[in-house]
Amino acid sequence: MITTMLGALGANTRQLLADWGFAARLFFKLLGMSGAALKRFALVRDQVHFLGNYSLAIITVSGLFVGFVLGLQGYYTLQRYGSAEALGLLVALSLVRELGPVVAALLFAGRAGASLTAEIGLMRAGEQLTALEMMAVDPLQRILAPRFWGGIIALPLLAAVFSAVGILGGYVVGVLLIGVDAGSFWSQMQGGVDVFKDVGNGIIKSVVFGVAVTFIALLQGYVAKPTPEGVASATTRSVVVSSLSVLGLDFILTAMMFSI
Amino acid sequence: MNDSTTPSPLVELRDLTFGYGDRVILKNLSFKVPRGQVTALMGVSGGGKTTVLRLIGGQIRASAGQLLFDGDDITPMGQVQLYAARRRMGMLFQFGALFTDMSVFDNVAFPLREHTRLSEDLIRDIVLMKLDAVGLRGARDLKPSEISGGMSRRVALARAIALDPDLIMYDEPFAGLDPISLGTAARLIRRLNDSLGITSVVVSHDVNETFEIADHVVILANGGVAAQGTPAELRASTDPLIHQFVHALSDGPVPFHYPAPTAVQDYDRRSA
Repeated sequence: MITTMLGALGANTRQLLADWGFAARLFFKLLGMSGAALKRFALVRDQVHFLGNYSLAIITVSGLFVGFVLGLQGYYTLQRYGSAEALGLLVALSLVRELGPVVAALLFAGRAGASLTAEIGLMRAGEQLTALEMMAVDPLQRILAPRFWGGIIALPLLAAVFSAVGILGGYVVGVLLIGVDAGSFWSQMQGGVDVFKDVGNGIIKSVVFGVAVTFIALLQGYVAKPTPEGVASATTRSVVVSSLSVLGLDFILTAMMFSI
Repeated sequence: MNDSTTPSPLVELRDLTFGYGDRVILKNLSFKVPRGQVTALMGVSGGGKTTVLRLIGGQIRASAGQLLFDGDDITPMGQVQLYAARRRMGMLFQFGALFTDMSVFDNVAFPLREHTRLSEDLIRDIVLMKLDAVGLRGARDLKPSEISGGMSRRVALARAIALDPDLIMYDEPFAGLDPISLGTAARLIRRLNDSLGITSVVVSHDVNETFEIADHVVILANGGVAAQGTPAELRASTDPLIHQFVHALSDGPVPFHYPAPTAVQDYDRRSA
């Protein structure tokens, strides 16, 4: 009884370590291929276009609504202290520092990440990856590396779109509907948002999220069982794992950025 | 080549052993694939035929023995050498394995674009020639989702011969095809082999179609070669296993019944 339990524990631990080891090796292999991948930039560019377009609609609409809500909630809190003119600053800081990178990454994981996992998983199931190998073309180099870089480039751009649209949403609600002074809305924002500390940290976050989400999506597709059920469960796992990673990494990054 | 009358084999397996863990799939397997001929690899399902193809392609490595491709042992090769060898091989997968996000044209052009620096004009001409060889020049703008299974395999064949390989391997090229597509596929394999001067290895368990086109047949059983020879020699074989296989008999050395307690034991238990 105890021996079987210990045996199972040992087997599970070994499997876990093997999986992590495989993931780490794949990650460093992809990083090592960066130079070659970026040299054939047309492939990366296609992926930026593809992944970006996938998520652009959902990112824009979500950004707008998050901006609306920030305008309303921010006004509600700020007017208690008689500082409703700081609404622009509050909306911009919330979006640029936090909501832009995080929400964009979560949406990206659900939209582009899931489709990446499904695409790679189906290529595996349809023997397309093996066919590449047999044509003396390295699937990591030709298929995974351009998608990896495409995701890393696309996500910060999407986060920027999200923040910009969100600020417009905050403006629509705060200034046009509630009647906060437009001049103070923009000037407070301009004066209070620091390029390096706020915008820069937001960009760092979204680059890190881009690496995490894209890598997890590719990994899950690459190791998916080559069956319809395997691809389906890999897609689910990709979204769950990458969403949790984004939230966990966000806490770590925010804590680090506070202490600097 | 050694001399003009008996050229060296393009592929030669010498005492090749392969298994997953404790399960041995191939044991001390030896045979030769003669140049310029169609060699058929046959045997019951799960007998290791596809494994042999994957070994020749270097996707899996043998645990013992040698696998010579044009004189060079595949097994110990690193990625660079292996990729160099693979450029001289074409492989046709069971269901084609076309790239689903590309048109038929781009699928056939893919190896040319990856491995050569030819101009797009020249690539276009080569792709159309290869597609014409499989009768699908007119289907170049279609997507893989818009063509039938038999057509996908022909496109995959055009892609496999795009770089004019020395060896082409077919993994179950007849599985799941209707009689017309099946006959087309079989004649195509023979015609390409003869007109392009390549060497073909066909893995199949379709006795009639395969015997029709093969020069040389190797039958695998229990991890080794059970018999080899020309189709006519094997048809005439008196070996019980070969006889059962070639004539598709349901009982023989490969039993119809899965191993079970005797009928008397089984039925007695129910009445007890």
